Amino acid sequence: MQENVQDIQIEAKKLNFIYGEGTAFEQYALKDVSFKIRRGEFVGIIGHTGSGKSTLIQHLNGLIKSTSGELYFNGENIYAPKYDLRLLRQKVGLVFQYPEHQLFEVDVLSDVEFGPKNQKLSELEIEARAKESLALVGLDESFYKKSPFELSGGQKRRVAIAGVLAMNPEVLILDEPTAGLDPKGRDELFDEIIELKKKRDMTIILVSHSMEDVAKYVDRLLVMNKGELVLDGTPKEVFKQYKFLESIGLSAPGITYIVERLKKEGIDLGDDITTIEEARDAILKYIKRKDKNA
Amino acid sequence: MLRDITLGQYYPVDSFIHRLDPRTKLFGTMIFIISLFIADSWLSYGLATVFLVIAIGLSKVPVKFMLKGLKAVLVLLIISVSFNLFLTDGEVLFKFWIFKITREGIRVSLFMGMRLIFLIVGSSVMTLTTTPNALTDGLEKSLGFLKAVRIPVHEISMMMSIALRFIPILIEETDKIMKAQMARGADFESGNIIQKAKAMVPLLVPLFISAMRRATDLAMAMEARCYHGGDGRTKLKPLKYKREDILTYLYYLVYMSICIAVVFCF
Repeated sequence: MQENVQDIQIEAKKLNFIYGEGTAFEQYALKDVSFKIRRGEFVGIIGHTGSGKSTLIQHLNGLIKSTSGELYFNGENIYAPKYDLRLLRQKVGLVFQYPEHQLFEVDVLSDVEFGPKNQKLSELEIEARAKESLALVGLDESFYKKSPFELSGGQKRRVAIAGVLAMNPEVLILDEPTAGLDPKGRDELFDEIIELKKKRDMTIILVSHSMEDVAKYVDRLLVMNKGELVLDGTPKEVFKQYKFLESIGLSAPGITYIVERLKKEGIDLGDDITTIEEARDAILKYIKRKDKNA
Repeated sequence: MLRDITLGQYYPVDSFIHRLDPRTKLFGTMIFIISLFIADSWLSYGLATVFLVIAIGLSKVPVKFMLKGLKAVLVLLIISVSFNLFLTDGEVLFKFWIFKITREGIRVSLFMGMRLIFLIVGSSVMTLTTTPNALTDGLEKSLGFLKAVRIPVHEISMMMSIALRFIPILIEETDKIMKAQMARGADFESGNIIQKAKAMVPLLVPLFISAMRRATDLAMAMEARCYHGGDGRTKLKPLKYKREDILTYLYYLVYMSICIAVVFCF
């Protein structure tokens, strides 16, 4: 593929980050991490607990400054002395883990308005943005005047995500957005994220420790281990290395193992199966072909 | 920025002082503090300095960490030193405008400054080498005799250990919420006092809620494990004095005797 410089939205060059430098607690959180993310890409960042994924995403909107290395957003070095980090944080929306813990306002609408208010927009615009974002995460007017603390876990999380969306970011980063939700809530939230991507055409970065979750949705996977970026490729490319993934405490989606096992038994379904749906179609196709041959 | 607070922050290395019984360390800190308050001459302060330097040396904790605690009392230190320096009567050395510096003033303020610094650094030696849990265990055991007068020693020490345990958790939580709100464009640094106070609302409300949630969860977890106060409760690791502890107590005795001798003889 032809790589256009204009397309590169985020570029990290040899990012290093060390916690508690010079003390007994010193620890490498990031080690020579380099990558490029194109505009409109849907990227998953995967890694075991403590692999540095949360540290990495906090670099992307300038909340943490790397110990060494460079980070470019839309071609500009964000560590340049005159660079406006507050503007960067509006463009790169970061939704933390358990974002419902940041809710504080008396009602849902004013909580979502917090972001745009900080952007110093007009009142009309603030309200329009808040209502639009709430609609995007599937919360209707009946929620506007409710206290955020009387909502269910899934609803609270939606309000918190809407709070970040209301700033109209170009990039949306979600850190374990489905942690602590039940399977139904998880699927609904993922569907909404997909919708969001279609409607707003944003770059989305999804952080997770679960392969199953992200495999279905993302175009590209970055795999982190002990602060290093160890794999970078499409889900299919990454899952092929399932033995390596296991060695760093991760695993490919369950279906990969079934397909591998079938291959060993002499039933080759092809190399590019990562989801249950794809496996189902391939197996049906295989059975049909066999029936014809028989 | 929030990580700078050393209170209740244990520094994990293995040293002679780390291995001592917490009661020994508590008692040592007390002895040291008493020796500071009865000190009235350069010789007494010299002794205290030797005692402190030996303790720091044995603890293997970087001096940088020891001195961190001083930042918090810097203002108090400057105020008390300058008050003593300018407001003590005696033989005048310099005079300018309404200020005068006397020989006695210099002496008193230097002593005052040393006393404050030694107090903080001395207690830091204890908190940096003892885990909060060991510390409250030691307190509970040393103050056990108060149970006779119906003071709930166990409950108080349990509350203390929980409070200490929660300090780093709440600091981390504050850091997290601060970052989450900064990601939504919150600004905690600029503006006048009223704007700054207002900017704290998005930080404090979630922090209080989270503290309450954690407290409820903890109470529930303790109850689920049948916690019902101190009566009849046994310990996994009961405190026991070792040979080093007895030697250390002897060392305290020698130190204290010399200190008292110095005060009375000079």
